Amino acid sequence: MPQKVNMPERDPQIRRRDFEQVNAGYSKEEMLAEAKRCLQCKNPMCAKGCPVEINIPGFIKHLVKDNPSEAIKVLKQKTNLPAVCGRVCPQENQCEKSCILSKKDEAVSIGNLERYAADATVNIEDNISIKKNGVKVAVVGSGPAGLTCGGDLLKLGYNVTVYESLHDTGGVLRYGIPEFRLPKKVLNVEIEKLKKLGMKIVLNILIGRTKNIKDLFDEGFKAIFVAVGSGLPIFPRIPGENLNHIYCSNEFLARVNLMRAFDFPNYDTPVRSGKNIVVVGGGNTAMDSARTAVRLGANRVKLVYRRSEAEMPARLEERRHAKEEGVEFITLTKLVRFIGDDNKAVKAVECVKMQLGEPDESGRSSPREIAGSKYMIDADMVVLALGVRPNPILPSLTKGLNINSHGHIVIDENHMTSIPGIFAGGDIVGGDTVISAMGMGKKAAKAIDNYLKK
Amino acid sequence: MYKIVRKKEIGNKIHNLEIYAPEIAKNAKAGQFVIFRIDEKGERVPLTVAGTNPKEGLVRVIFQEAGKSTTQLASLCEGDFIRDFVGPLGHPTVIKHYGTVVAVAGGVGAAELLPLIKELKKAGNKVITIVGARCKDLFILEDELKQESDALFFATNDGTCGIKGFATDVLKEVMDKEEVNIVYAIGPVPMMKAVSELTKEKHLETMVSLNPIMLDGTGMCGACRVTVDGKTKFACVDGPEFDAHSVHWDELASRLNSFKDLEKISFDNFTVGRECECRKK
Repeated sequence: MPQKVNMPERDPQIRRRDFEQVNAGYSKEEMLAEAKRCLQCKNPMCAKGCPVEINIPGFIKHLVKDNPSEAIKVLKQKTNLPAVCGRVCPQENQCEKSCILSKKDEAVSIGNLERYAADATVNIEDNISIKKNGVKVAVVGSGPAGLTCGGDLLKLGYNVTVYESLHDTGGVLRYGIPEFRLPKKVLNVEIEKLKKLGMKIVLNILIGRTKNIKDLFDEGFKAIFVAVGSGLPIFPRIPGENLNHIYCSNEFLARVNLMRAFDFPNYDTPVRSGKNIVVVGGGNTAMDSARTAVRLGANRVKLVYRRSEAEMPARLEERRHAKEEGVEFITLTKLVRFIGDDNKAVKAVECVKMQLGEPDESGRSSPREIAGSKYMIDADMVVLALGVRPNPILPSLTKGLNINSHGHIVIDENHMTSIPGIFAGGDIVGGDTVISAMGMGKKAAKAIDNYLKK
Repeated sequence: MYKIVRKKEIGNKIHNLEIYAPEIAKNAKAGQFVIFRIDEKGERVPLTVAGTNPKEGLVRVIFQEAGKSTTQLASLCEGDFIRDFVGPLGHPTVIKHYGTVVAVAGGVGAAELLPLIKELKKAGNKVITIVGARCKDLFILEDELKQESDALFFATNDGTCGIKGFATDVLKEVMDKEEVNIVYAIGPVPMMKAVSELTKEKHLETMVSLNPIMLDGTGMCGACRVTVDGKTKFACVDGPEFDAHSVHWDELASRLNSFKDLEKISFDNFTVGRECECRKK
């Protein structure tokens, strides 16, 4: 079996100084070599590992023949955002984990091939004939769940309007994921293609406040898909957390990604570029924050995580990239409090060392403090990437919409909420990755179609 | 795009805009705010709604030129468009019959006070309004405030209008003479803090509308967090109104200064070598 073709990456010493894409993408030769590694299994396990059930051997078969425009057709049957999925899906835990080759050798690089197919066809229009049925469906939130559900409904003939509260589309794909992992140009192309298929996107509308769910039904929408995400950051609730220059990752990343603060003062929104930065957390958002801080000119970026690296939820590739770019990992360490200077700006964080104990309900070892191990780390800026909770605005302002104790909207097996005709998916019902949100958007689109056909 | 339908300078560098946004005009209530962004490169800036005209679909905002974005907004003319305008955001003020309400505004805070006292008056309250400003030129909306108040008092630092002193000096007098049931204070942090300290001594319920730095205004970024009663709250989704006596004022004041140095760079960058476009026309 020929060796896996690794994704070509830009030199860490160069890429850590700019916001250009880190993964350069396969050349045609590299793509062909990798595509040929696919065994074209009769009963492909990889497709079963995909939350949106892409016919993986099907699209790779076309790539083997160097035919990306046929490959993209196969992809687009199941995903509306292949250029995004190819870049940000945790393939190693999904399709590639199930690839038969991974049992003895390395899995086929399905994500890299998907990205190639999408990038190679960027200028080709989706030639999909749609039979319009004239039925109006509203989608609330233009993140991965909303765009997926809206896109699928569009292809089924529905008249789809997507409402977005921010001034631009994409949700977390735009405000959260940095340019060097997902260029906004790439995202824009995918969204433009959906618009060309007929998706109407209305910006600056906060459903619940600008208008509410009832208004949407009154306007003639027959079903509503709620995908408002989990935009409510978690703070550690420890002393000093509101000192100046302590940001949550959502604020730090939204300033840079959505508001383009890396180009301040050409763009109006500022971002602080500390010299000695501590990032707290072990997920992909923590890696994105740390790597963004490096690019803004920090001298040292330390990533503090309370478990060991093996327990980090961040993708292996992201962790490797972060380390290559100079991020220092400080594991088994928990924050105790923040210390401020005379101007109420953070100057240090007090930490305590941890040891791993018994596995907790999530299956990961629960860390315990080591007595007498407190110590200080100097920091002139801190970014907290401790996770998010569901955004409460729409649920709290919609009478009869049930939520659970975590604040997630309660849905049945068909993604329908406690209110008939209102469906929900993505992070607002407990999803946690782009692809899981897309999977739910897909399932919900089918359920909405069934509901409206009754 | 959102059209500036009417524009008027109502005080020294204080501007009154009416912007066409029918859905916001229909649904905005006293105490809520909007976020505007002028153009592609603009920042998101929150402004409290100073009034609405649902019939014409207009939202009224009043602001003072302070930094880059407000100076740029002031340079736009009637008929110009701004790129983004979203709202209404935050919880509306809880309007009910309290009895006697004292509403205290500092400077341009009077604009935010206006829709509030209008509603409080409608609910049958006796409304005593106190407006404090540095000097006479910074007083706005006198006629409208008078119309909505049972009594209206002024205080200026230099004595050019009303009594010479602070709004709190007037408040003290009013509290001595009247049985006050609740106080509302809207304005700069030092003024709201001073009101809060004064009424705390007398255990007099006091509400304030806070104006921390915001980015999205929908709970996503956490920039606007304030400590209220020892707990971290988000002004955009939990507020913007809070019990004055529970607010950590010094923290709010220092957080407002978080980007001062960078804001100055942005402002200088914008104003150097630039003349007012409105005057050029």
